Amino acid sequence: MRRAISKKIFYCMLFSLCSILMAMIPPYVSPYTIILLNSIFMYIVLTVSWALFSGPTHYLSLASAAFFGLGIYVSAILGEMLPLLAVIALGGFISFLLALLVGLSSLRLRGMYFTIFTFGLSELIRHSVQWWEVNKTGTVGRWVIGVDHTTVYYVMLGILLITLATTYAIKHSKYGLALLSIGESEEAADHIGISVNTLKIITFAISTFFMGATGAIMATRWSYIDSSIAFNPLFSFMPVLMAIFGGVGSIFGQILGAGVLTLLADFLLTKFPYYYMLLYGMILVVVVLFVPKGLTGLKEELKRWREGGSVNPGRKDGASIHPE
Amino acid sequence: MSLTLLLDILIGGLMMGGLYALIAVGLSLQYGVARVLNVSHGEFIMLGAFATYSLYILFGINPLLSLVVTGPLIFIVGFLIHRTLFKRLKRLSPTMDAFEGGSLLASFGLLFIIQNVALLIWGPDVKGYSYLSKTVSFLGALYAANRLVALLFAILIGIIFYYFLKRTRMGKAIRAAAQDVTTAQLMGVNINFVLGLCFGLGALMAGIAGSLTSMMFEITPLIGLPYTIISIIAVVLGGLGNILGSLIGGLILGLIGNIVMYIHPGLSLIAYYIIFLLLLLIKPTGIFGK
Amino acid sequence: MRILEGGELKKYFGGLAAISNVDFHIGQGEIVGLIGPNGAGKTTLFNLISGSLFPTTGVIRFKGKNITGLRPHQICQRGLARTFQLVKLFGNMTVLENILLGALFSSQTGMNKVTAKRESLELLEFMGLSAMEGTLAKDLTVANQKRVEVARALATKPDLLLLDEVMAGLTPTEVDSAIELIKRISNRGITVFMIEHVMKAIMTVSDRIIVLHHGEKIAEGTPEEIAANPKVIEIYLGT
Repeated sequence: MRRAISKKIFYCMLFSLCSILMAMIPPYVSPYTIILLNSIFMYIVLTVSWALFSGPTHYLSLASAAFFGLGIYVSAILGEMLPLLAVIALGGFISFLLALLVGLSSLRLRGMYFTIFTFGLSELIRHSVQWWEVNKTGTVGRWVIGVDHTTVYYVMLGILLITLATTYAIKHSKYGLALLSIGESEEAADHIGISVNTLKIITFAISTFFMGATGAIMATRWSYIDSSIAFNPLFSFMPVLMAIFGGVGSIFGQILGAGVLTLLADFLLTKFPYYYMLLYGMILVVVVLFVPKGLTGLKEELKRWREGGSVNPGRKDGASIHPE
Repeated sequence: MSLTLLLDILIGGLMMGGLYALIAVGLSLQYGVARVLNVSHGEFIMLGAFATYSLYILFGINPLLSLVVTGPLIFIVGFLIHRTLFKRLKRLSPTMDAFEGGSLLASFGLLFIIQNVALLIWGPDVKGYSYLSKTVSFLGALYAANRLVALLFAILIGIIFYYFLKRTRMGKAIRAAAQDVTTAQLMGVNINFVLGLCFGLGALMAGIAGSLTSMMFEITPLIGLPYTIISIIAVVLGGLGNILGSLIGGLILGLIGNIVMYIHPGLSLIAYYIIFLLLLLIKPTGIFGK
Repeated sequence: MRILEGGELKKYFGGLAAISNVDFHIGQGEIVGLIGPNGAGKTTLFNLISGSLFPTTGVIRFKGKNITGLRPHQICQRGLARTFQLVKLFGNMTVLENILLGALFSSQTGMNKVTAKRESLELLEFMGLSAMEGTLAKDLTVANQKRVEVARALATKPDLLLLDEVMAGLTPTEVDSAIELIKRISNRGITVFMIEHVMKAIMTVSDRIIVLHHGEKIAEGTPEEIAANPKVIEIYLGT
């Protein structure tokens, strides 16, 4: 009992400390670093929120781009009319509503069908918006009200902290355990009183809220957007890749994966812009083949190997609500 | 609407449909049998197109004849990719769902790799060549000769493949594996070889389709993804695992696409996506699925 | 009091009648067995009762209220739990977590984590599984997995428990333990409705037996009556 409390307190303190530190650094670092950190925060939020639903339930969603892009468009369209925080909240809420719709309609889809449905949906939105802009309104490309990088930083940091706190809370509640059970055997979960459909839809919608909010704030740093930028399928794939790379099961793994791969992408884009896709593709293949449990999984393997095997390694995703 | 116009739309639709059918059958072999939803399928089309283009431009080799070289080459590449990548992944995956998810991601990786390599070799500019572009009269309307040839070719391949599946031992093995991999294995089918063969055949179909495409359209290294999407939709339309179904699915999509294009150009892809999503929501097992 | 009733139940899959016109009832506190050759529709009937499937026509009443068409979790909340022919445990979770989930979601009003854990540990002891508290469910033997599944079902505090071939694949000793367990469950006040092929077990433990064949109820009665019923003998031994 005591160890469990202290573990939670430890995480709380670590969380607070990091938050304060991160909040203090902008005056001391270069603008380039701030921009980079904004990217890293963005990908961490996308990855962690993607993994909130898709991680435990194994429903691989490839629609993150749709919700992220929706947030971008909310910012582009309403950015001049509403204060910044309202736009961000709105970006989140509209994504939430869209996700509810998507979830309700795709209830019966499982496995691969769900995945390709989400991908098709995201692409449909992209092409439809583009067609609409080309043929109906003639507004291909929009200019977004720019916001200075430091403000973006603080907003992004805020979103990040809220995302992490929410995800942690859900994961360690009975709903976190229930989400895992859906991934193990949805029918059994249904039969022990878990309202499977409701839980799936609401969790999915919560995860997209953060994606939409992030899109709304990040739009301000691009200043020019169109549908192929906003709804770029890469925003659907990267979170998946990053989560797998770092380790889908733990929030720490997701943060690690997002952080490392974003830094790597930044490095590759500057040094080898022509080989960027190639290297990313190779990383994807290598990760899927050789590191399916991600970096944190590797760490586990190493630890277990050094300790000479163990009787019950248990499940290393931290989603347990009973004292260790 | 006059009869000739209707015929024009229908036949034009079937021409594209023939191409789509070919691509769809290729993906159906890869997904239906090897259980790999290969999103890099379109990249093999692109490779076939560029290989044909390069051979024609550099050495003046007849595009149809160059298939003799490019075909087996692409087949081998596909076969090897399966042997090295997907076979290993299958071994490592605890469940079928895990394998399907992992192979989806791996094929995305392949997509990035192949596209980037193509961009490095050929650059992003639009390329094309002219071959059999004379117009020919057929059933009262004018068509480019290369489109008719492409359609005939696709039909020919379809027939050959049909007999291959129905009459040969290997064809039967493939059909067995498409139905039930484990039982097929128990019946003595060398499943690893068959899976690799199917993947290679799928790549081959894509390569051939790509060669035919290069005769009719301009090409860039980015043409792959739309074809991949279309083949996925055709496969789902026909019913996952149903090879004949995906052929028909491809034909249907070609027809619909041409009709939509007549009504409003630029809406074809959107129409495909809408059909796709509705299909998944209403009858995900497809037209011919159980 | 009839805790469970089914009236004029029919279930068609396309043209095939898996269940064609079944009426049945289970009295509170009974242990009722459901037998019949393979393909008779036994698991289908369970699926209809637990909400996995909707009947084509017919009505199911639980504790007097119509539950036809309700979803499994709603039916579970009302006090009906089941196990599955092919065990559906949460394999990558520990035994305790499997049972804990049943306890946590057993009622619509929130369940306290501490209480749930206490109840789960009690159940573990009741089932004799305390030693395996921290083992991953997928690492258990089949016999133990079945016990965990029963424990998980019990954690939802059911008034009626459906057991689907819980003794399949058990050794004779294990079958005896299972019979013991079912009696203990019944002594707790839980009504039991069980599908079984292990004749000895079902004859020993049941108050009443229902026999299905080709989706129809062909006999019903005490174990002695069923054992002597010519129709039943015929379907099991052939003409």
